[in-house]
Amino acid sequence: MAKVFIDDIEYEVPDGKNMLEVCLSLGFDLTYFCWHPALHSIGACRQCGVINYKDENDKRGRITMACMLPASNGTRISIEAKAAHDFRAGNIESLMLNHPHDCPVCDEGGECHLQDMTLMSGHNYRRYRFKKRTHTNQYLGPFLNHEMNRCIQCYRCVRFYKDYAGGKDLDVFAAHDDIYFGRSEDGVLENEFSGNLVEVCPTGVFTDKTLKQHYTRKWDLTSAPSVCHGCSLGCNILASQRYGTIRRILTRYNGDVNGYFLCDRGRFGYEYTNSKKRIIKALKRVSGTYQPIENGNAFEEVKALMGEGKKVIGIGSPRASLESNFLLKELVGENNFYGGISNTEGNLIKQVIDILKKGKVKTPSLAEAKGYDAVFIVGEDVTNTAPMLALSLRQAAKNKPNEEAFAIRIPLWNDVAIREIVQERTGPFFIATVHHTKLDEISSGSFYGHPDNIARLGHAVAQKINNNLPSVPDADRESASLSSSIAEALLAAKKPLIVSGTSLFSKNVIEAAANVAYALKEQGKDVGLIYTVPEANSVGMTLLSENFVDDAIARVEKERADVLLILENDLYQRIGKKDSEAILKRCNQVVAFENLENETTNSCDYLFPAGTFAESTGTIVNNEGRAQRFYQVHIPRNEVRSSWKWLDILRQDLQTAEAKDFDAIVDELIQKNPELQKIKETAPTADFRIGTQKIPRSPHRFSGRTSMIANINVSEPKPPVDNDSPMSFTMEGYHGIQPSPDTAFYWSPAWNSVQAINKYQIEVGGPLHDGNPGKRLFEPDENRQAKYFNDIPSSFHPSNDELLVLPLYHIYGSEELTALSHAVKERIPQAYIALNENEARRKGLNAEGGKVEFYYQDKKWELSLKIDNSLPDGIAGLPKGLNETSGIGYPFRTKINS
Amino acid sequence: MIKFSEEKLKQVEKIIARYPEGKQKSALLPVLHLAQQEFGGWLSPETMDYVASLLGLLTIEVYEVATFYSMYNLKPVGKYVFEVCQTGPCITRGSDDIIKYIGERLGIKPGETTPDGLFTLKTAECLGACGYAPMMQMGKGFKEHLTKEKVDEIIEECRRSAAINN
Repeated sequence: MAKVFIDDIEYEVPDGKNMLEVCLSLGFDLTYFCWHPALHSIGACRQCGVINYKDENDKRGRITMACMLPASNGTRISIEAKAAHDFRAGNIESLMLNHPHDCPVCDEGGECHLQDMTLMSGHNYRRYRFKKRTHTNQYLGPFLNHEMNRCIQCYRCVRFYKDYAGGKDLDVFAAHDDIYFGRSEDGVLENEFSGNLVEVCPTGVFTDKTLKQHYTRKWDLTSAPSVCHGCSLGCNILASQRYGTIRRILTRYNGDVNGYFLCDRGRFGYEYTNSKKRIIKALKRVSGTYQPIENGNAFEEVKALMGEGKKVIGIGSPRASLESNFLLKELVGENNFYGGISNTEGNLIKQVIDILKKGKVKTPSLAEAKGYDAVFIVGEDVTNTAPMLALSLRQAAKNKPNEEAFAIRIPLWNDVAIREIVQERTGPFFIATVHHTKLDEISSGSFYGHPDNIARLGHAVAQKINNNLPSVPDADRESASLSSSIAEALLAAKKPLIVSGTSLFSKNVIEAAANVAYALKEQGKDVGLIYTVPEANSVGMTLLSENFVDDAIARVEKERADVLLILENDLYQRIGKKDSEAILKRCNQVVAFENLENETTNSCDYLFPAGTFAESTGTIVNNEGRAQRFYQVHIPRNEVRSSWKWLDILRQDLQTAEAKDFDAIVDELIQKNPELQKIKETAPTADFRIGTQKIPRSPHRFSGRTSMIANINVSEPKPPVDNDSPMSFTMEGYHGIQPSPDTAFYWSPAWNSVQAINKYQIEVGGPLHDGNPGKRLFEPDENRQAKYFNDIPSSFHPSNDELLVLPLYHIYGSEELTALSHAVKERIPQAYIALNENEARRKGLNAEGGKVEFYYQDKKWELSLKIDNSLPDGIAGLPKGLNETSGIGYPFRTKINS
Repeated sequence: MIKFSEEKLKQVEKIIARYPEGKQKSALLPVLHLAQQEFGGWLSPETMDYVASLLGLLTIEVYEVATFYSMYNLKPVGKYVFEVCQTGPCITRGSDDIIKYIGERLGIKPGETTPDGLFTLKTAECLGACGYAPMMQMGKGFKEHLTKEKVDEIIEECRRSAAINN
């Protein structure tokens, strides 16, 4: 601890901080622009000027930038001195010389850090009366709007985009009064994390283009704390709506998960919730077409179908909440419930869960992953399957070289000095994948091969760490030497991290990764092991599932079922046409609970309108086993409800049925599944109050409440009540610091921008007051003996006439729902089949873009050729989940023709 | 396609060799100077792209650097470039009048070149010669203690030497 003096009052503060962090953590309102808790200090904007005194006798002091001043013992500053005030007001006046003052037409207005800082600095009147310099703005793609005239040159954008996220195509040009942040020419910003510029930029230079399509001021939004459903990582989001449509997604700070950032799929992939294809009322198929049906009648008819002695089966969903999956299981009975994924995928996820539960190695959170100093990725293209993990790993790559700076006592916050020392160096980072992936640009060694060969490399690394393990037979010299250098680097590291996942559908890959981690653990290393899984609630659903869809198919083939209930699951996407038809044809009646029309809903008998994350409350479990609560943003005026609400009524006697609230369902869930006990602790129960107050979903400046629906009804309706959470749908309620899982927006007096988050953290950049939300369901058992996996696969031999087809992933397109959003749609690549040049030539294909035919499940598919020379011989890659390739199960073998 | 001569390419190699291996980006400034000299006194996008390819850089990295420094010309310039300092000390000594006067004499505004291709007028930030304010840089030298008369002389001299050299 260090003793510092701020305006002559003594404070004890943690060591190794700078004075700006310290002042903000203590609750002082000190102005700043270029500093960001995740990007640290560069002293560029000069906005955090304070007076620094030598000692108590120094009455004059000197102006110093707080962000560059170490908070060491005896540091003495004044924020309040007149000279400091004048300096900050003068500085902001200069920064704003060319600022257009177009707040009323600016998307940032009302939540602008520049507005907040200007007021806070005391600069009120503009004196500059000359012509302002202006810039031409650029087209930056479907996600971001560019308005360079508003720029105040803080450099945060390039520091985030280039230094933090590894982007290449945004830069700063020219000097002094002519600085320009942009691309070298118009074009799409390519980095997967570009959307964070919306929040990183302190003013309106980079704003959300999707929000612009249906713009609403921050204060007019009704928001809910939610969890991204775009991949398995469970990043925390704030989803906001007005007039019943979702308007935008912002980062919800969670110091244990995503911190300050989100990927672009998560941020801009929400528009499917507003799609015209939403199912908004209960439907019944009558002579081939869907007709609306009264809820009561739908319940009665479906209930009748499921009557005594009927054979009913249910298929769950990895994108539906634990509660919905649980109630489906309750409704159809344990033995009739099937997890809504293929057995292959289900078994892989079961194995991952088994390792999480029983392995002895820690699975770090997304935030903890940033703290490891050597990385070995075993068979996962994380940038495309779990994008935010790639962002964490990019930070981990900096740890080793950073040590050099720490050795000469440069603190982490001094970003300029650190970068001067580190330059572009990165720490040990090894990648084994099927083909070239984006993280290869920071890798110290990359290996491309068949999943079995990736697994063999992993086993070889494990064997070199622990010589008692069986050695890999017939290892070639190249991979032997690579495995030696990987083993050496991992052993030399303090905290090695092994990353793997299910995306290659390979048990061998998962086992090899575990072996490497176990071997390192035995050597006393503080090793981490992360697995990614396919979808938002893959882990949660699998925890509730004994059997999966292939089992269901086998069962209905043996004996027809009377009723099939499908929960939020487009079977055609997940298990393909052949299997979907196999099951749908063998069930007399099909009832689906679904968000949007899709191929599966085309052949159902009853449809219930199920809520997406926007209209549902529930719990999902991410890839590390962290259970997190998401809340419905609004109660839509149509019939859309959380699936578990429909299921809850259906399982009761309709005469006496009463809607249960969320907590009752959770209680029942944990009573039947004691291992999920902790999901109750993920958020306060619905009866929680602060004093007598609920927690508001809208800020206190919310406007238009009495007139919003005056075109429909002039009298203001009673606001809807949320029985499932302690939150109100209005601005009434407690406006101080709320429980962290229930914070719907960030606001504090004088802090209207997202940076109000400072006030919600115990220490700036640290955990939230009352802890980061989410509960981990399982922790590793340190005392267990590691049980190694001993099946080493043999090396893959390409066949002469057949190719093995593996999935390649795309951040935009490989996820079913986000791919339906307008902005994301623009970024989805053209479908292709990828081969290396050799293989293409051997098949008589030469021109990239030429048509290639192949057969999958007896159906002919035609795609254009893409040459990817990193792909191994004998292997073809198909983009997973695009319209043209949806429903394909991997891996499969096929012959191809030109 | 522009390309350095064999001789100049050797010079580029020598410049690159000054820096540790893999740090060829450090050679960017001197190579840009050389390119400016060789390819018409300014850096066209084509020239910058060529430099990027020589040093194995992304073009955006070259643009970033080239646009930062005032000694790289991003538009064609005249034979004589007047870069008049407009930072505090020079301004207090009347450099704004000098800039205005040069502009009037030559019929151009800062950033422009005379139609005969002889003169370009630019403004510059502090050139580190505050003791001799107001001042400007012309080619590799400084012209100091500028007055209207001195500016007239400089312009005349330039015209004379241009006439002789043509």
